[in-house]
Amino acid sequence: MSLTFLSISILVLGAYSFLFGRRRVRRLSAQIDIKQHSLDGYHGAFVMACVVLPAFSFAVLWSGFAPLIINDWLREFIAAGSSALTNAEVNVLVSKAKALQAGFINERFVGPNTVEAADYFSGLLEMSSYLRAIGTLALALVGFYFSQKLIAPRFAARQRVENIAIWVMIGASAVAILTTIGIIFSLIFETYMFFQQVPVLDFLFGLHWSPQIAIREDQAANPGEFGMIPLFAGTLLITFIAMLVAVPVGLMAAVYLSEYATHRLRNFAKPTIEVLAGIPTVVYGFFAALVVAPLLRNSGADVGLVLSSESALAAGIVMGTMLIPFISSLSDDVINAVPQSLRDGASALGATKSETIKQVVLPAALPGIVSAVLLAISRAIGETMIVVMAAGIAANLTANPFESVTTVTVQIVVLLIGDQEFDSAKTLAAFALGLVLFFLTLILNVVALRIVNKYREQYD
Amino acid sequence: MTDTSTSMSVSAALKSPESAARLKARYRAERRFRFYGRAAIGIAAGILIFLLSSIVYNSIPAFTQNFVDLDIELAQDKIDPNFSYDTAIIASADWQGLIKASLRRDFPEVNARADKRELYDLVSSGAGDWVRDFVLDNPQSIGGVVRIAVPTSDDIDLLIKGLIDRTLPESDRLVSNKELVWLDHYTAQDRVNAQFAWTLFTAGDSREPEMAGLSGAFIGSLLTILVTLAISFPIGVMAAIYLEELAPKNRITSIIEVNINNLAAVPSIVFGLLGLAVFISFFQLPRSAPLVGGLVLSLMTLPTIIIATRASLASIPPSIREAALGIGASRLQVIFHHVLPLAMPGILTGTIIGLAQAAGETAPLLMIGMMAFIVDTPTDITSKATVLPAQIYMWANNPERAFLPKTSAAIVVLLVFLLSVNATAIYFRKKFEKRW
Amino acid sequence: MTETNRPKIRAQHVEVHYGDARALHGIDLDIHAHEVTSLIGPSGCGKSTFLRCINRMNDVIDGCRVNGAMFIDNEDIYGDHMDVVELRARVGMVFQKPNPFPKSIYDNVAYGPRIHGLAQNKDALDNMVETSLKRAGLWQEVRDRLHESGSSLSGGQQQRLCIARAIAVNPDVVLMDEPCSALDPIATAVIEELIEEIRSEYTIVIVTHSMQQAARVSQKTAYFHLGNIVEVGDTDQIFTKPGNKQTEAYITGRIG
Repeated sequence: MSLTFLSISILVLGAYSFLFGRRRVRRLSAQIDIKQHSLDGYHGAFVMACVVLPAFSFAVLWSGFAPLIINDWLREFIAAGSSALTNAEVNVLVSKAKALQAGFINERFVGPNTVEAADYFSGLLEMSSYLRAIGTLALALVGFYFSQKLIAPRFAARQRVENIAIWVMIGASAVAILTTIGIIFSLIFETYMFFQQVPVLDFLFGLHWSPQIAIREDQAANPGEFGMIPLFAGTLLITFIAMLVAVPVGLMAAVYLSEYATHRLRNFAKPTIEVLAGIPTVVYGFFAALVVAPLLRNSGADVGLVLSSESALAAGIVMGTMLIPFISSLSDDVINAVPQSLRDGASALGATKSETIKQVVLPAALPGIVSAVLLAISRAIGETMIVVMAAGIAANLTANPFESVTTVTVQIVVLLIGDQEFDSAKTLAAFALGLVLFFLTLILNVVALRIVNKYREQYD
Repeated sequence: MTDTSTSMSVSAALKSPESAARLKARYRAERRFRFYGRAAIGIAAGILIFLLSSIVYNSIPAFTQNFVDLDIELAQDKIDPNFSYDTAIIASADWQGLIKASLRRDFPEVNARADKRELYDLVSSGAGDWVRDFVLDNPQSIGGVVRIAVPTSDDIDLLIKGLIDRTLPESDRLVSNKELVWLDHYTAQDRVNAQFAWTLFTAGDSREPEMAGLSGAFIGSLLTILVTLAISFPIGVMAAIYLEELAPKNRITSIIEVNINNLAAVPSIVFGLLGLAVFISFFQLPRSAPLVGGLVLSLMTLPTIIIATRASLASIPPSIREAALGIGASRLQVIFHHVLPLAMPGILTGTIIGLAQAAGETAPLLMIGMMAFIVDTPTDITSKATVLPAQIYMWANNPERAFLPKTSAAIVVLLVFLLSVNATAIYFRKKFEKRW
Repeated sequence: MTETNRPKIRAQHVEVHYGDARALHGIDLDIHAHEVTSLIGPSGCGKSTFLRCINRMNDVIDGCRVNGAMFIDNEDIYGDHMDVVELRARVGMVFQKPNPFPKSIYDNVAYGPRIHGLAQNKDALDNMVETSLKRAGLWQEVRDRLHESGSSLSGGQQQRLCIARAIAVNPDVVLMDEPCSALDPIATAVIEELIEEIRSEYTIVIVTHSMQQAARVSQKTAYFHLGNIVEVGDTDQIFTKPGNKQTEAYITGRIG
């Protein structure tokens, strides 16, 4: 039974049990003359919750974990079929058997053992699907039987339903925590595996990055060089260029719009700048790679500068453009949070508007602006598509913005695109880079939020 | 007057010539500052206009496609030799061969193998589909000779649109001199026509630019977003209700809150790594599937929805809660009967904005393989699929020149899609906006 | 007219509109130098609006229009040649809530002299800061911590800092918009004493809600009601035998 069909069945059963619970309490109340504790609907909802929740959780958990067990069994089956298979060979056979079962490849291309394994595999899948259906429906019936027995006029159905609802909501809140735990654990686990193959210090302080791309079997033995300094330097160079564009433009736009602009200009300019924030990064990447980079290269050539066609400059400028609305909307908030009385104080002393802004408003808003810039830096470091499309792939340790550099995010994408062996140093390196990225952006965010909270207290 | 010797009165000071010069300088600084402000807005608006106009300009050629009218001989023995009238048999005929025959008939002087290959390159390698579709629609035409418009190949298409300069020396241009002659022959007979490029919207992906379309990626995007909506909306709203309305103010709650704020700023590519490690590697879910894409995007969108929902709930004045509690409603009744309906417009707006972000997201989907070359339109959430942004990325990387306008056109489609989604959000906000 | 009789400030039919609403209905008022004029009246009567007309602080507010004429030393401050920056240097202002800049005490006081270029060197500036703080009666309390933030002071000290800041440029006129409304009685008494001390050097216009304060600090009083001046005169006379029924009602507490 497919998961979709099973879910529909559970929902139908749930709907029925709601109606059943409601009818039952009405009938019971009609027989005796006491005040019913909860409204009819709560009795219905109670029965429904007891039917749907356990059954649905069981179905989801089964669907999540059964494939793991089936996978192990399939491996054992293949390994038992012919001895003297290496781990990697078993992996290949496992994926072949799976592909055969899913109909991606034809029987003609695989050996008889694999056909057998595929049959075994599809048998397991079928059994798992039956067991899931049986278990789910059985749980639904058990829930129904016990919950409907509880229905009585004085039964506190509302309290029960509300408690269940609160627990479901607590579960939903826990998803956020689980996500963080999932990120940290998966990154740390793979990174740990990576450091089994490559020394930590080589990774953190190495000056050369050239992960070997294994074309033949014998090349796979060469792990390549995994020094992240050039990637880090490239990331910082592009981020720096982006900030040179985004901070002055974003900040000045925010200042002008909140302090000078007429209503009409504000109503026009604010949404215009916000549109920049709504453009997907892949579009910026296309713009950087196919419009800005050739433009810069040609105009550079006109004045005798040699620009790489994947120059850090093009990626940085476009990334800066992407961050203009980010800086300007955050600065706008903090500038508006500066009390009007400070502006009045300065202009009553005869300060011009720009003096008031430069000498009173901006210094007062400085913490907020600093944290906006930190958040923007964190965005720039983690931004992927612009650099994947417009920056280079080769690691190049340089501070020259006309040359091509690569970044942490570019390398993560390069290392993971295409089919990958899950335990090669190359794949694992991507997770190590991801971990560095995660902690870097986390630190920037925590610091930025700290500054903002301090600043808020000042004017509350 | 008492002692004023330390400083003269400001009125007196302001009358000095230095003071006048100083004041002038201050007003110059003021004008300069204003100019910087205007320049900043001008730069931002200018870049936006430049970006949009360059993409729209590049995309224009992709919305038309050139067809050449060929006289195709629909010989019975080549199409349905046994008079079976079976659609499957008819559909599997060698349509491309009929087109080649037609081209040979138009230019009998072409004999060398290499020349013939060049001749066949005049029309798209997928042109047979057009003949097939015509015959399946008009089975009575079998046996006759019919003039059918078939798409030209991508290079010829570019040439006709003026994107390949025919005055260049032959070695620098993608279209050979012979091809020019043949094409001019058809043009002289008025057999080359431009049509609206429906292919762009109806076809799936293809290696041939003139055959490639967005329908597969569009359906893939839609499925992925539906999964995202189905997961992130209920979980996000429930989590927000709990945190804003019910949670005790203790350490665990504040840890969850800090955690959500930080998750909102985690780079999207890290969510891709999570999806790869957990959903694909650990839970063995299928690669390239909208299910996994939706799961990853849900986790990414969750903080946005939670934060927007909480803000919306917090904006409902406490007086409404107090009024309902005063009548004897339980805490959950207050929330579900009074607060939540009032907060709904804000929640929906936040959700739509979050989903629009997710729909434009590419990086995490690359990690889980949603950029594979997939011709077929996905049918369900576990079949292989790609999404619009990933399709754009793949086309942008394709070296074939004709993919440049295609990519721009795909971007236009994506932007129009996102724009309409965001416009819905703005409509909601405007329609239901309440000031308390 | 003799020198002493010529008004420092003369308002001629000053009207103020906020959008479509008229806040002042044509005010005529003469204000003389070296005395304190207090503007009293119920909330929303236009006294603060009038005060802000004297240094054109209403310019800051969107949709605010001022008609009529306002003369300071026979010069129309709404005339074409009037420079707002210069005007505000000549007409200082102290606000309802103390609003020290988030800078050091020293920088707060030095701000006016700096932007107007009144001090030739560091010593002169130090001197101005010290003099102003002394006049504002704050010097003894802050002399050892001039470089601490202005917001580290107590409310009353902050307000005296704002007064020091306003008088540091030696303006002709000082406007005070309910300067004590955010202060406790002791801090209020200190400020009132201060006003009395500096009155001889400046022309002071003060808006106040407290009748007692008006009686204590001012020589002239103008009673505003619904955007009009009901009565102007010597403070003693207004408080002892008001010529108008409305004024009497307000002063005796029947209109709030």
